Amino acid sequence: MTVLRLAGLVKRFGANPVLRGIDLTVERGERIAILGASGSGKSTLLRCINFMELPDEGRVEFGGQVVGSERDGRRRYAERELTQIRRQVGMVFQHFNLFPHMTALGNVMEGPLTVLGQDRVQAEARGRAELARVGLADKADAYPAHLSGGQKQRVAIARALAMDPALLLFDEPTSALDPALVGEVLGTIRALAEDGRTMLLVTHELGFAYHVASRVLFLADGLIHEQGTPAEVLKEPRQAATRAFIASHKQFSL
Amino acid sequence: MRWDFATVIEHADVLAIGAVGTLRIFAICLVLGLGLGLPVGLGRYARNPWLRAPATAFVEFFRNTPVLVQIIWFFFALPILLPFQIGPLTAAVLGISLNSAAFSAEIYRGGIQSIERGQWDGARALGMSWLQAMRRVILPQAIKRMLPALANRAIEIFKMSTLASAVAYVELLQQGKLIASLYYNPIEVYTAVAAIFSVILWPLVQLSYWLERRLKGGE
Ligand SMILES: Nc1ncnc2c1ncn2[C@@H]1O[C@H](COP(=O)(O)OP(=O)(O)O)[C@@H](O)[C@H]1O
Ligand SMILES: [Mg+2]
Repeated sequence: MTVLRLAGLVKRFGANPVLRGIDLTVERGERIAILGASGSGKSTLLRCINFMELPDEGRVEFGGQVVGSERDGRRRYAERELTQIRRQVGMVFQHFNLFPHMTALGNVMEGPLTVLGQDRVQAEARGRAELARVGLADKADAYPAHLSGGQKQRVAIARALAMDPALLLFDEPTSALDPALVGEVLGTIRALAEDGRTMLLVTHELGFAYHVASRVLFLADGLIHEQGTPAEVLKEPRQAATRAFIASHKQFSL
Repeated sequence: MRWDFATVIEHADVLAIGAVGTLRIFAICLVLGLGLGLPVGLGRYARNPWLRAPATAFVEFFRNTPVLVQIIWFFFALPILLPFQIGPLTAAVLGISLNSAAFSAEIYRGGIQSIERGQWDGARALGMSWLQAMRRVILPQAIKRMLPALANRAIEIFKMSTLASAVAYVELLQQGKLIASLYYNPIEVYTAVAAIFSVILWPLVQLSYWLERRLKGGE
């Protein structure tokens, strides 16, 4: 079953063409690692998928439905439709973006409570279950300020999971963490992968991508420069740019 | 000279009536001024020019005219255009509230803008509408940061209430004027009025200091 299909996706910021025509099909259960140099448009790609940025051209199909409607040769997006899509797409950010005025449990309950309209009892049960899944059942009443970076990111993952997303987007989830805390977050993501979750993961952890991803994309010049299985892209890259990128990650050992 | 506070104390009831009037107009203007400021502030912040332009015009107009002129305009000029009279309380409330709304709108706008973009991202990615994100995520954090400034605004509103005496609304200063004109003791009366203001305002000012300290400690 196809979860997501992008066709000819273009995004510009002013005169800066960040994405120049991305075609991508994501099947259920796929785990796609997205690599690319800083500024190559990885975040922009993820943000176009959940419409935090509106694509300038191209089509996004979500669950078989084309998003937006064509009018006067341009695609128009209704806010209500986009909100509906974001409910089904979970996003995890580099800087967590937890709500500092809510406890860990409050953060995880917030989606079910406010967005899905569940009652408190139901939302709390769901929140506690998701916190337990990421190994933080005992931190339910802690505020983000009192959590480590790794714990914050796991709460953020639980917050996304509480919405039952059909697709998970991770934008460099370990880049802001102390090296010592990276492992616990990668472990959590790996467990989700083993659960069969569909995910797109922007990362610089090439070793993790190699072991966990089902497919690897290399983004350059606003295009998917190269893609394939982890072994193909990471071990025998065909493109010079991909080779240079992988060589620059010296700590990468398979 | 000899101070004669006896006459003032004798007419404490007149001042008490004034104090009640002051507190009443303060309460009304506080609720209206800070309450109206929020939608205006949101309008100032809106991307939609049909919301932003009128909100900006409102803020500019009321920030750039003296409150006293507004009160007098509402009391003497507006009734000429309208089929009904406007009482001193209404005129003063209009002037003070609209002016306070303009100033507090800027506080709200600044407070909302001070919240990091990541908070919007976190809320929007969950599927929240703009209004839900504002209500559940942005405002609760912004209000905390705005409290010291809002407390200062409340103090200003309290002091502005004396302007209502210009249209003979019964409040502290107005009652003081009354006593002073009957007994020729302006020094004692106005000293007493100033003292009463200072005593009533003292806890409010302390609250604003406390809020400021707490905010600095929390950052
Ligand atoms: N909101 C924005 N406004 C203008 N330019 C942006 C915006 N977001 C990203 N860009 C630009 O788009 C390019 C790609 O950014 P990004 O998608 O964040 O790259 P990556 O995540 O791969 O580092 C950069 O040149 C960046 O400056
Ligand atoms: Mg990025």
